[in-house]
Amino acid sequence: MDNSLLASFGSIFTWAAPVVFAVMGETLTEKSGVINLSLNGSMILSAMAGFAVATTTGSFFWGFLAGAAVGALVAFIIAFMSIGLKQSQVAVGYVLTLATKSLAYFLGAPFVGKPVMQLSLVKIPFLDQLPILGPVIFNKDIVTYLSYLLVIVCYIWVFKTSKGLILQGIGEQPAAAFVRGANVNRLRYIYTIIGGALVGIGGAQYSLSVKTWNGQLTGIDGIGWIALAITIFGSWHPVRGALGSYFFVLLQWLGITLQPLMPNVNSRIFQVAPFPLMILALLFVNIGSADWVERTLAGLPEGGRKFVSRLIRGMRTHSPAALGTPFDNE
Amino acid sequence: MVTKPAERPESTGGLIRTLLTNRFSSIVIAVLLSLAATWIVISVMGVEPVRVFSIMLNGSVGSVDAVTQLLQSWVPLVLASSGLLFTFTAGLWNIGMEGQIEMGAIFAYGAIHFLSGTPLSGPLVIIIATFSGMLGGALWAYLVGLLKNYGNVNEIFGGLGFNFIADAVLLFLVYGPWKPAGVAQGSTKMIESQYWLPQLPGSYLSLWALGAAIVGILIVAVVLKGTYFGLKLKAVGKNAKASFMMGIPTSRYMLLSFILCGLFAGLAGSIQVTGFLHVLRNSISGSYGYVGLMVGMLANYQPWVVVPISLVFTALSKGATGLGIDLRLDSNLSGVIQGLLVIFVLLMEGVRNRLSRGSKGISHG
Repeated sequence: MDNSLLASFGSIFTWAAPVVFAVMGETLTEKSGVINLSLNGSMILSAMAGFAVATTTGSFFWGFLAGAAVGALVAFIIAFMSIGLKQSQVAVGYVLTLATKSLAYFLGAPFVGKPVMQLSLVKIPFLDQLPILGPVIFNKDIVTYLSYLLVIVCYIWVFKTSKGLILQGIGEQPAAAFVRGANVNRLRYIYTIIGGALVGIGGAQYSLSVKTWNGQLTGIDGIGWIALAITIFGSWHPVRGALGSYFFVLLQWLGITLQPLMPNVNSRIFQVAPFPLMILALLFVNIGSADWVERTLAGLPEGGRKFVSRLIRGMRTHSPAALGTPFDNE
Repeated sequence: MVTKPAERPESTGGLIRTLLTNRFSSIVIAVLLSLAATWIVISVMGVEPVRVFSIMLNGSVGSVDAVTQLLQSWVPLVLASSGLLFTFTAGLWNIGMEGQIEMGAIFAYGAIHFLSGTPLSGPLVIIIATFSGMLGGALWAYLVGLLKNYGNVNEIFGGLGFNFIADAVLLFLVYGPWKPAGVAQGSTKMIESQYWLPQLPGSYLSLWALGAAIVGILIVAVVLKGTYFGLKLKAVGKNAKASFMMGIPTSRYMLLSFILCGLFAGLAGSIQVTGFLHVLRNSISGSYGYVGLMVGMLANYQPWVVVPISLVFTALSKGATGLGIDLRLDSNLSGVIQGLLVIFVLLMEGVRNRLSRGSKGISHG
């Protein structure tokens, strides 16, 4: 690989940072049993807010904080409407998706064309000298580094701490967790809001590092839906979710890189292609739990069956059992 | 911890409680709250809200011209929203409506593309194109249903996936095989006028399209409210497991509701081609599918309510298009207002349920 291609390949990790933030946020939220469906809108709104605040104050810190605040606020609305008022999470999330997206374009119109603000790259001493890995992974902006760290922290939090055990409990068996003393609804509020803040940081990262705010041409539209799909695809596991995010961005990168090789095909097709591919990937991870697959597998000859069923079971995902269902502690 | 608010003396608290628990007044409060929120959003942009509202009102119902345009864009929205009542009744979120409308438009345009120049008469081609469009929409919806039923893929993600694919197909056709001669402009060449739905002189409004919308909503109302099928579909939506135990083939009913919904989407798409735009172009579905979901939510399974709500939503969208010219405001304001309306209606409904649940709890205790 020559250097320019390597540098371009390395951009995958910057591009993936918003997706990773959103997927980690949504994974935490959904682990607690709440679906925040609004990602596609709340990411656009926090991208706008992050850029607007950063250019106005001249400070990246306030920009990212604004992005996080917007994401947390939208998440709070979902938590309040679903936990407090027992409204459908899907309905509220869907409406917020559309409303926040429109709000971003409406309020963000004056900021289109403002000077670009991009986080500067920070080389990590020594590590950036590594062949290939150096320029690809260790020559990034600080929030991209945080996205690596976030995956590890989320993994440890969910699977290696007692708080994470409670988190899994309120998403799997809220009644049992309640009996053991967990304040299910309060924890759900907290995880929804924290998850939303992470989603918001992802949105701000998009307009402050990946690209800039450019109204409807920002190019962030659709990424929120992909993040939701990757959360499922990743089986609510932070590491698997991160791999899914990198896989999606790799597809995007391939689309852009391969496009010059096929000049007859319109470039916009390359841009949309990763989206259906990602969502159809859901088919492969979900199909194992369909009744007819079990039946067909049972009918297969002995030798092949073991292999096929192991393959399908391996891909199968397992959602938190109480996902999307309200909890009443009466 | 049982409090007894029912024994409090009648006071202003009692009045507020009555207002919040009454269905009608709670909707009025929701509308007022969303107006107030809109007021704030517009003020943030440094513009006088009254001016915005007057421009929007003028742009949507201020002239005969505006009203015919309003009705013309109302047709696809009412078709989309009423079709969605089938899937809503079956307890499904057909977010793939947008792609189904696109497929309807593609199939309708395709039929005309292949049949133009043949000896078939104009009206016959229009009829074939309309059915072809409905077939396209139904097919696209059926695929989402299949994914849901046999692949365990949630219809929200299956639908979104097929929306993206429909986008790609449309782009491929518009920039590829159906590209007009010369520079690609994101649109096919216009169909010949003999294949247009007849329009009122001097306007884009076709009475045929309007008629189709009215017949469409009638059909939905009759099927959902007046047939055994509608009743069973409702049972599936309320409790799929129990319905299955009662002997209703739930997966077949769900698939059927997808197909019915897709037929409506396809009809909306083909009318976009034959009755309004006369070309196939990028984003021909005009967000009618996405907005239709909000209308369907507000309609709360009542077909007749779709008529006024979709009219208001269309008026908001139409009215906002003038904001860019006069005030340099982004027309997405309409989406903000629509979203706020739905959110506050959901909020007030939640408050109402909570309050009445509270009082019910006391009467039981």
